[in-house]
Amino acid sequence: MKDASPAKIYALHIGVIALLFALNFVLPDYHQGLFARIMALAVFAMGYNLLFGYVGLLSLGHAMFFSAGLYGAGLAVYQLGWGVPEAFVAGVACGALLALVIGLLALRTSGVAFMIVTMMFAQVFYLLILYFAAWTGGDQGLVIQQPSRIIAIGGASLDLTNPTVRYMSALALFSVVLLITLVLVRSRFGRVLVAIRENEERTKMLGYDTVANKLVAVVASGAICAASGAAYALLFGYIGSSFASVQYSILPLLWVLLGGAATILGPLIGTLFMYYVTDITSGFTSAYLLIVGVALILLVLFFPKGVLGSVRQRWLGWLP
Amino acid sequence: MPLLTTKGLSRRFGGLRAVDGVDFALMPGEIRAIIGPNGAGKTTFVSLLSGRIRPSSGMIVFDGADITTMPAYKRVRLGVAYTFQITSVFANLTAYDNVALPVQRTLTDGRSKGQVRSGVMAALERTGLADRAGTPAGQLSYGHQRLLEVAMGLALRPRLLILDEPTQGLADSEIDNFVLLVREIAKHATVLLIEHNMPVVMQLADRITVFNSGKILAEGTPEQIRANAEVQDAYLGATHG
Repeated sequence: MKDASPAKIYALHIGVIALLFALNFVLPDYHQGLFARIMALAVFAMGYNLLFGYVGLLSLGHAMFFSAGLYGAGLAVYQLGWGVPEAFVAGVACGALLALVIGLLALRTSGVAFMIVTMMFAQVFYLLILYFAAWTGGDQGLVIQQPSRIIAIGGASLDLTNPTVRYMSALALFSVVLLITLVLVRSRFGRVLVAIRENEERTKMLGYDTVANKLVAVVASGAICAASGAAYALLFGYIGSSFASVQYSILPLLWVLLGGAATILGPLIGTLFMYYVTDITSGFTSAYLLIVGVALILLVLFFPKGVLGSVRQRWLGWLP
Repeated sequence: MPLLTTKGLSRRFGGLRAVDGVDFALMPGEIRAIIGPNGAGKTTFVSLLSGRIRPSSGMIVFDGADITTMPAYKRVRLGVAYTFQITSVFANLTAYDNVALPVQRTLTDGRSKGQVRSGVMAALERTGLADRAGTPAGQLSYGHQRLLEVAMGLALRPRLLILDEPTQGLADSEIDNFVLLVREIAKHATVLLIEHNMPVVMQLADRITVFNSGKILAEGTPEQIRANAEVQDAYLGATHG
């Protein structure tokens, strides 16, 4: 039976959040920092998964949405002297607006053409960052200093350079996005998105404006990826053009495929897995990419639908 | 007043006139069958009505409104539902989710009230699929997939339900149930069906329209069509030879 009680589903996901919360107090310093980074980037993967996993739209340009958030928030702080909360909102707004414009243009295509069009737009975005190096810092990037990364709340202040504050901020963003995507894919809208992935023509003949639904999904995906980028800039204090390069468009695809496309927790698992395999193997040898490659091949052989995708197929049919 | 009329409706594919200047009218509440030899333009004609393809020329009026250039999804919201000739249920989704899609559409449009779940189960019960709600549609038997297709059409609360060869691939026992189902549907909706199974057509249809080479060859009650010599030549075969 595919039906699971909503209580069970929410209990699982809140349990994961609670586990991550507890880890803050257990993890050694180095891993605490790594986990904060992984959670911030898992948000990027979740945003990507919303479009790729659930709607079936393969974009090769999501680095532009991530870096729209990164630069939107980072430059607001660095160049305009904005506070952290306003800068975060600005970053998300930049990503959402960019996604709206790109969506209107790119959704006129589908399949391979969609991949190419999104990749080209992302390259334009990347080159614009280099072109306007006077403001963006170009390929050197910019470092946001500690004083700019303190949030003043009433009398108290939150220093985002403090490891625990940073960890908890990343966890807060991760949790909010996790629950939003969970509610979203279980909603009526989520059902329509999956229907579009399975058979767009048929979905139209059930009375759905599929282009409008896809556009909403692109904007939601872009905004989530931008939130990840904005958080990354504010938590780790560095913005650079490498985050807009094609590598950062492919990474979320890889994380999502590893963890399991169209699963809610898959993006976290994929991001976690990739980070730790790279981290552990690079400790042993300089040829760590070779070992990463072998690990990926084994994973694809034994978990063709990603870790959680295969788990769902074999054992836990109720996983959202 | 007719529910649906077409005037000079045509569709060309290159040099082929698949539908050629068709004037057609459908009265509310009737069951109309469209018959004709393969390649007569039947499926193209109903695809024009549903909006899946655009006409080359001509006009379509539904319930007094010109819908000639209206996109398909908007026609569905007006109450024009189309079930596919080739079964195209969502194979990876459960029967429940397949029917939930049209049910939530009518809820959003305000054309029905209540919960998604009760609407879905009602449609599944009417088609006898309620005990298979949790089964992925792709794992249902072919006959059940056809029924699921009908359940999805029904759940759209159509005013005009277009069925493209609904009994194709069904067993005889399933066909009897199907005839009962269509009569049931026709109490609330107008039904237009393309059908090759002549006993089904003769049992169900109030009127029959015969297509040949993209044009209407004849139209009338089942008795009139059975007696029409031209139709017999074109389609029914040499029954008078």
